[in-house]
Amino acid sequence: MTQVGEDWDEGGPERLYVLTGGRSGFDETGLDLVTLIVSRTPPQIGMQPEHESILRVCASPLSVVEISAHLKLPVSIVSVLLADLLAEERVEARAPAPALPDIDIIKAVIHGLQNL
Amino acid sequence: MASRTFETAAGPRSEDALPASATSAVKIVIVGGFGVGKTTLVRSVSEIRPLTTEETMTEASAGVDDLAGVERKSMTTVAMDFGRISLNDELVLYLFGTPGQQRFWFLWNGLFEGALGAVVLVDTRRLEASFDVLGRLEESQTPFVVAVNAFDEAPSYTDGELREALDLTDEVPLMACDARNRESSKGVLLALMQYLHSLAMTSEAT
Ligand SMILES: Nc1nc2c(ncn2[C@@H]2O[C@H](COP(=O)(O)OP(=O)(O)OP(=O)(O)O)[C@@H](O)[C@H]2O)c(=O)[nH]1
Ligand SMILES: [Mg+2]
Repeated sequence: MTQVGEDWDEGGPERLYVLTGGRSGFDETGLDLVTLIVSRTPPQIGMQPEHESILRVCASPLSVVEISAHLKLPVSIVSVLLADLLAEERVEARAPAPALPDIDIIKAVIHGLQNL
Repeated sequence: MASRTFETAAGPRSEDALPASATSAVKIVIVGGFGVGKTTLVRSVSEIRPLTTEETMTEASAGVDDLAGVERKSMTTVAMDFGRISLNDELVLYLFGTPGQQRFWFLWNGLFEGALGAVVLVDTRRLEASFDVLGRLEESQTPFVVAVNAFDEAPSYTDGELREALDLTDEVPLMACDARNRESSKGVLLALMQYLHSLAMTSEAT
């Protein structure tokens, strides 16, 4: 078994590599910064702590970028962690509204801002 | 030991939680040079205290004092802050205060492509800080409005002078704002949305 050395910085790149099993990406997962994530199952004992945290903070809908801010992990890493949870159907992903000019979305945003 | 363990995240405060009915989100990018007021604008309209997300990138740099052929790698951490506005029970708007240097934009995939549009914040003391941004937004066909932040000692120009200096066409909305003021910041976002509305109406008519 590998001995964890004194100079092992758990916040460093090696740590991130271990977290994601060497995968990287954002592209592959199809997740947007503002895809809303909602937990479908409560956290379970023995889970990877990052997975456990995601399930906990997503008890109500939370965007990918907010998860990143609350967990203090880059979006690129959070996306990979979310891909695991999505594959295991532990979370649900709600895709953002299409970027193409959709008049109903535009009107809803105007209305919402006016009511602030 | 110089290590940091993963702290269990506290998550949003309960009063900041989105309703379970929140189904989709949209985003607007606030972009501009260093210290132009991006964070201030996000803070003045956001319903949550602005949050920060960070990415690290490795840049290869070959300095003059380097040995021939040796590249030095440097790590740069780039931060982006953002806020949120719940528009109704289903729709959520996110505002991203994005660094002005476009070489950082690729760090967040789809930030511009997936955005409704952008607000370009301009400080008249450093107009040149906006050139890069404006050129890039035009290239990527991201609709934008230009808001001139009212800094006290900043020189004031007429709209015509600003349009000429920034090479803006007449269609692009140009306005003054005070990012510290909530109503003023709200007005800038509404101006962008009304501009998008007019663009959508024109494209529907053709
Ligand atoms: N007079 C005036 N000051 C402003 C305005 N907006 C921001 N400021 C001030 O300008 C300073 C910089 O504002 P920030 O919001 O931090 O600027 P930023 O664009 O986020 O800066 P960076 O993220 O460092 O690039 C702060 O001290 C603000 O209080 C404005 O509209 N008018
Ligand atoms: Mg800032």
